[in-house]
Amino acid sequence: MRIGIVCPYSWDVPGGVQFHIRDLAEHLIRLGHEVSVLAPADDETPLPPFVVSAGRAVPVPYNGSVARLNFGFLSAARVRRWLHEGDFDVIHIHEPATPSLGLLSCWAAQGPIVATFHTSNPRSRAMIAAYPILQPALEKISARIAVSEYARRTLVEHLGGDAVVIPNGVDVGFFASAEPRPEWQGGTIGFIGRIDEPRKGLPVLMRALPGILAERPGTRLLVAGRGDEEEAVAGLPPEMRGNVEFLGMVSDEDKARLLRSVDVYVAPNTGGESFGIILVEAMSAGAPVLASDLDAFAQVLDQGAAGELFANEDADALAAAAVRLLGDPARRAELGERGRRHVRRFDWATVGADILAVYETVTAGAASVAADERTGLRARLGLARD
Amino acid sequence: METDRSPGGSSARASPPCPLHPRVERAPPGGPVLWPGVTTLIWIAVALVLVGVYLSWTAGRLDRLHSRIDAARAALDAQLLRRASVAQELGTAGVLDPAASIVLYQAAHAARQAEEEQREVAESELSQALRAVFTEGPQVEAVREAPGGEESLEELAQAVRRVPMARRFHNDAVRAARAVRRHRVVRWFRLAGHAPFPLAFEMDDEPPVALADRTGH
Repeated sequence: MRIGIVCPYSWDVPGGVQFHIRDLAEHLIRLGHEVSVLAPADDETPLPPFVVSAGRAVPVPYNGSVARLNFGFLSAARVRRWLHEGDFDVIHIHEPATPSLGLLSCWAAQGPIVATFHTSNPRSRAMIAAYPILQPALEKISARIAVSEYARRTLVEHLGGDAVVIPNGVDVGFFASAEPRPEWQGGTIGFIGRIDEPRKGLPVLMRALPGILAERPGTRLLVAGRGDEEEAVAGLPPEMRGNVEFLGMVSDEDKARLLRSVDVYVAPNTGGESFGIILVEAMSAGAPVLASDLDAFAQVLDQGAAGELFANEDADALAAAAVRLLGDPARRAELGERGRRHVRRFDWATVGADILAVYETVTAGAASVAADERTGLRARLGLARD
Repeated sequence: METDRSPGGSSARASPPCPLHPRVERAPPGGPVLWPGVTTLIWIAVALVLVGVYLSWTAGRLDRLHSRIDAARAALDAQLLRRASVAQELGTAGVLDPAASIVLYQAAHAARQAEEEQREVAESELSQALRAVFTEGPQVEAVREAPGGEESLEELAQAVRRVPMARRFHNDAVRAARAVRRHRVVRWFRLAGHAPFPLAFEMDDEPPVALADRTGH
């Protein structure tokens, strides 16, 4: 099958959606499909052979933060050329409602189009205003995929219609086979995520830490991620600061080894999550997971069966649960085992098969993807004569 | 007689202005009376062209939605047929106990033969029969151990997973088309032509737990 994948975000900047697309493309190529990914990228960035650059993304203030987007005639022309040269059986657009390549491809293409909705943005004013413009583009999509039941619900509320839920994929084997590092073992709690992003919840964990250390003094907190380390520990009593180790940005290998080493992985995120891939990665590595009870997290953790949940933003509840887990090796082993069994549904083997099933469903009984020439004046006059 | 002269229509027959009439300076003679008429005509023409373009664009949009429904319906039919075929195969293969075989064969046969109006009910009954037969793991294991059972089970598991998918895509297309067709402009200008009003396909497509278990193997 010839598959075209559209990535809305800049390939130069690492992010969840980009990783997902990279892994999906590699998985499909391994299965013998022809895959081409269209993504915004700088000219200097080295790209994998399957990625086609759609030009440089422009930083634009959008939706409360600065987003790097692609738009304008040049990008639209590149999208058309890519569609024309690729001659795809199906195109898979990620985040089609973002004013970037996704939306442009939706406008420019016709034929079997699959779209994945990653984020569950609250309904923005821009979206409401753009609704009449978005709708004709979005209604070309033959199949919608939401990454979680939560993302599906917001999609249904905002745009109407329905979607199938296919979770993000994880290379379970990679995390399961990583070698633990001895210096990260023995009474350790792990946290991975941006330090200076309050949404990721490190402040909640810092508030809980004194309670945890009072019960289990030898505990160490290992923090991997970018951000200001001084500021992060500013709220802690000075004698406890030594129990926090900052590892900075870690490689994929080190991330896997960290998850394999820690006694408990804590995800104290306070909101804005639609999936929680890090939880799946932690479970793949066999780490017992303790997470805030966000909708998305509760779903990934099978409503608490595959990992423990605590009330969101409640530092005392977090501390109590962490102390209980650290003092109960049997429970940790049980959670690790359950998690390992639970993550098989997120393995690329399963997720990739589901995504291929969607491709096959929409391509059955449909022509291949082509540039949509209906917007041309000639076609319009031709139609008007009918 | 001054007041009922429309600016567009009667410019050619404009009577010479009466010099005694107080409103004379508002109606200059000859050309200037003709010009507003032409401008208005141009504006009307532009508006008509815009409306035409909008209507043709909407008709194209609707046309695309209808062909999307057709493709989705074809895909749904294919998946339903595939499911019924595998179920019928398993029903006649002799790998299940006689009672389960009969139940499965009956339901699969009825689903394949159903008239269009009874289709939803028949397919729902096949879903129920599949759930009844494949409630327990042991039944699945028994089929798996039979020669060729592994492949049949895999096919059935794929089919019961793809039917809800195809149905969701179909009903999503139906919803989108309905939203456009309910639009005033579409109704007034009958842009949908003779295409029948699209109907969703409603059925019970819950897969059997033993086959839908994604953590197995």
